[in-house]
Amino acid sequence: MSATLSHRGPARDAVVANALSRRRQRVNFLVEALCLLATFVGLAFLALILATLLYLGFSGLSASVFTTITKPPGSHGGLLNAIIGSLIQTALGTAIGTPIGLLVGTYLSEYARGSLLGEAVRFVSDVLLSAPSILIGLFVYTVMVSPFGGFSGWAGAVALAVIVIPIVVRTTEDMLRLIPVALREAAVALGAPKWKSIVFICYRAALDGIATGVLLAIARIAGETAPLLFTSLGNLNWSLSLTQPMSSLPVTIYQYAGSAFDDWVQLAWVGALLITFGVLALNVLARIVLRPRT
Amino acid sequence: MTQTVAAPAPSRRPIGDLAFEILATAAGVLVLALLGAIIVSLFIGGLPAFRQFGVGFLTSADWDPVQQVFGAVVPIYGTIITSILALLMAVPVAFGIAFWLTELAPTWLRRPVGTAVELLAAVPSIIYGMWGFFIIVPFMGDYIQPVLIDWLGDLPLIGFLFQGPPFGTGIFTAALILAVMVIPFIAATMRDVFQTVPPVFKESAYGLGCTTWEVMRSIVIPYTSTSVVGGIMLGLGRALGETMAVTFVIGNTNRISTSLFGPGNTIASLVALEFPESPAGSLKLASLLALGFLLFVISFIVLAISRLLLRKGKVA
Repeated sequence: MSATLSHRGPARDAVVANALSRRRQRVNFLVEALCLLATFVGLAFLALILATLLYLGFSGLSASVFTTITKPPGSHGGLLNAIIGSLIQTALGTAIGTPIGLLVGTYLSEYARGSLLGEAVRFVSDVLLSAPSILIGLFVYTVMVSPFGGFSGWAGAVALAVIVIPIVVRTTEDMLRLIPVALREAAVALGAPKWKSIVFICYRAALDGIATGVLLAIARIAGETAPLLFTSLGNLNWSLSLTQPMSSLPVTIYQYAGSAFDDWVQLAWVGALLITFGVLALNVLARIVLRPRT
Repeated sequence: MTQTVAAPAPSRRPIGDLAFEILATAAGVLVLALLGAIIVSLFIGGLPAFRQFGVGFLTSADWDPVQQVFGAVVPIYGTIITSILALLMAVPVAFGIAFWLTELAPTWLRRPVGTAVELLAAVPSIIYGMWGFFIIVPFMGDYIQPVLIDWLGDLPLIGFLFQGPPFGTGIFTAALILAVMVIPFIAATMRDVFQTVPPVFKESAYGLGCTTWEVMRSIVIPYTSTSVVGGIMLGLGRALGETMAVTFVIGNTNRISTSLFGPGNTIASLVALEFPESPAGSLKLASLLALGFLLFVISFIVLAISRLLLRKGKVA
């Protein structure tokens, strides 16, 4: 801002003051316009991605996608095994990761306030929350796949569980901290031991928030590809065995999208459509669950 | 914490209480052990490569499976350059969105637009990769890159950044997709951070006649700068380790290209692509695990700084 008022004050320097005011208004207008533009750009990307998925994926959507398993190019395959494989691994990953995450969140909020160990656990959990998922896949590969003779559905589920834990930890801790002390004191006054006041009072009061965390975790792992590449690998045949390589929707999309066959690419778009709208629906659901009931 | 009522001390702790505390503490320790296990397992897995090449692993640009010579320079360079380019594109947009959402937007629009931005963060990375590969790559190759090469390719000093054939894929495209992916993360953090500014501060500035932008620049940003940098680092952490989106569009060549439109690779994309061709126990697999270890170290440092900054600013 080069135009400055002299010491005589604005009243005597009307011309300068007006020029300065106009310039400030112009700068302000320009910044506001750019911010609006930035928001439009952000929303446009979301709209563009969704429109692309609908345009390219919807045309390939048919009942056979859900009733037929993956087949070689040109023989009208579907995605049944990929969908089932994804459901199994996501469910197992959630089932393994949620209790652990819940306990860690409880520890942080109820037992570790102010303790050094608690600080360390919180810090590490936050780092794991954003750690590259491909490394979690490599980690599970080195501890489960390579020593125990091969890719398996279990390995995939464990890799996903490792991703679930920090998400559930964060929401559980945040939600338990919101529970008023008076509620805990009331439970203690009635003679309940601490664990009962946590499980039957605090968990219940924080149920909305904890459920939100679990839903967000499911949404996150349902679309994860990189950790599954090294653990459950993908399987183009029908297999429900958890000790064998297991198919999953994201990995199948990855294989099909990179292929040279038009019908496989088409199926990849259908899979992308299914997974994106599934994940977004879970996210919207999580927000509805959390919305205050007032 | 408010003053707690002194209860009559029970003669002994209920057994359930003790068990539950031990269980919860054990779960906490498990998280620490998990981090330790990730670091140790990647390091041990990469040990044969570190042994074979020593420090040379960090300084060699070779990646030759035939000769069994592997070096980390090209993927590390690609990882850092794509992430930084992505941040250069993402931060201004994310700042604009956060500014708009906290100060400018009509109240009834804040929640839906905020949710839409958060949904952008929820789209799986494989979708970004596919969308980038089928939609953005042809668009870049046909329209954006030829124009930029025409306009900027002959400039002195910076012209070399914009030369070469317009493939559509490459470092620049990968950075663009990464930018779209990290915009919502940075925007959401910045929005939360901006909301922590006490209204009295802003009201005082408005009372002195400041415009919205002046309030932002002179009150909100200085007040929140630590946390804002933390939020940007969080976005950087995301960009460094992103795999699927980059793998589709970066072009996958193991050489350092001077042009931004040239192909390259990142640690994550190289690992994802080469892993299927790396038999268990081979030196190549060890090199990939060693790369994973390096990526973990880089991301850990970035994320740790981000958390410290965010906590210092008392957010998140």
